[in-house]
Amino acid sequence: MYPFNYHRPQSADDALALFKAAEDGIYLAGGQTLLPTMKQRLAAPTDLIDLCNVPDLRGIELETQAVSVGALTLHSEVAGHEGIRSALPVLSSLAGEIGDSQVRNRGTLGGSVANSDPAADYPAAIVGLGATIHTMDRSIEGDDFFKDLFETALNPGELITRICFPVPERAAYQKFPNPASRYAIVGVLVADFSGEIRVGVTGAGPCAFRASGIEQVLNADLSPESIDAVEVPESGFNNDLHASAIYRAHLVKVMAKRAVADLLN
Amino acid sequence: MQVEVTVNGQAHVLEVADNTLLVELLRENLGLTGTHVGCDTSQCGACTVHMDGRSVKACTVLAAQAQGAEVVTIEGIGSADALHPMQEAFRDCHALQCGFCTPGMIMSAIDLVSRNPGIDNAGVRAGLEGNICRCTGYHNIVRAVIQAAQNM
Repeated sequence: MYPFNYHRPQSADDALALFKAAEDGIYLAGGQTLLPTMKQRLAAPTDLIDLCNVPDLRGIELETQAVSVGALTLHSEVAGHEGIRSALPVLSSLAGEIGDSQVRNRGTLGGSVANSDPAADYPAAIVGLGATIHTMDRSIEGDDFFKDLFETALNPGELITRICFPVPERAAYQKFPNPASRYAIVGVLVADFSGEIRVGVTGAGPCAFRASGIEQVLNADLSPESIDAVEVPESGFNNDLHASAIYRAHLVKVMAKRAVADLLN
Repeated sequence: MQVEVTVNGQAHVLEVADNTLLVELLRENLGLTGTHVGCDTSQCGACTVHMDGRSVKACTVLAAQAQGAEVVTIEGIGSADALHPMQEAFRDCHALQCGFCTPGMIMSAIDLVSRNPGIDNAGVRAGLEGNICRCTGYHNIVRAVIQAAQNM
């Protein structure tokens, strides 16, 4: 690993001050994306600001119609949390499918969401469930959060503190994982909020998005077959060695159909 | 920077560079070479150790992130005279060919079985997704983990 400066601030204010003072600083949560990325020289920050001692970034709270999860909560904690399993089972099963068990034991919700990897799983839940991302200074709606490939609405140095997921009547997530990395080639989350359907897609495009065409037909007829009539254009979709854009567009419909079938069961 | 870390029950205070990885601290500072570096890209799981009771890839954790942690490596789970039930089962079932992935497999398997008593074949295969055996000796590895699960 090439050299960098490591910092361990004790507060969010100190973290921000370190970020501003650094030539090219970056926050470190679980490091499961950042550290491999640095080893490959895809990122070369001068300063790593470890958030592990910043207070109030952990913990899971079950509210009446929502589940609030601290940014530093591990994927394995979300996957194994009894309260989430009964209140919002789609979130625990999604978290339990991220990477592998060692990655889930270090990777965090906030780290994943802030990174906006096009193939990450959590972004499907952010847009599919209409989550609210809380930062030190403001709240950002899930629909407005993901901007582009590895780009979000976060300002430089802005720190995610908690994410609040509304609880739908029922929901399901289906993904087509890359067999080596377990990243989603395409993942689709379908949620039924008392008759109002939301569909969140990850893996297909540069960042997670809502599939409004599929939402429209499902609002009229909540069945896997109704998705057959939707055209999912491949324009702008990711096209790489893992899957072509046309194949990804096809997978969006297949995964959406599976998710609806799952949700109706 | 200074790192205080407990490894296999023994407390250490070590002076390391900021960019030191946990696996480097274990192998180079403490001489615990049972933890292997396979891919160094967070995929193969050969470097798996337990940190505060959870399996982690030591090539993808900074030594600094282990500040205050309890780390257990393959050297800390049993001895030549008294093998851990998982090591015993790997020997009984011949769950290794070249042996390079074995320390990581065993550390992952111990964490998996301790969290999922009564685990079945499919559960073991899914639970060991983060560990790759380049000899592809998975069949006997799964047999060994199931056998150990009955003795742990």
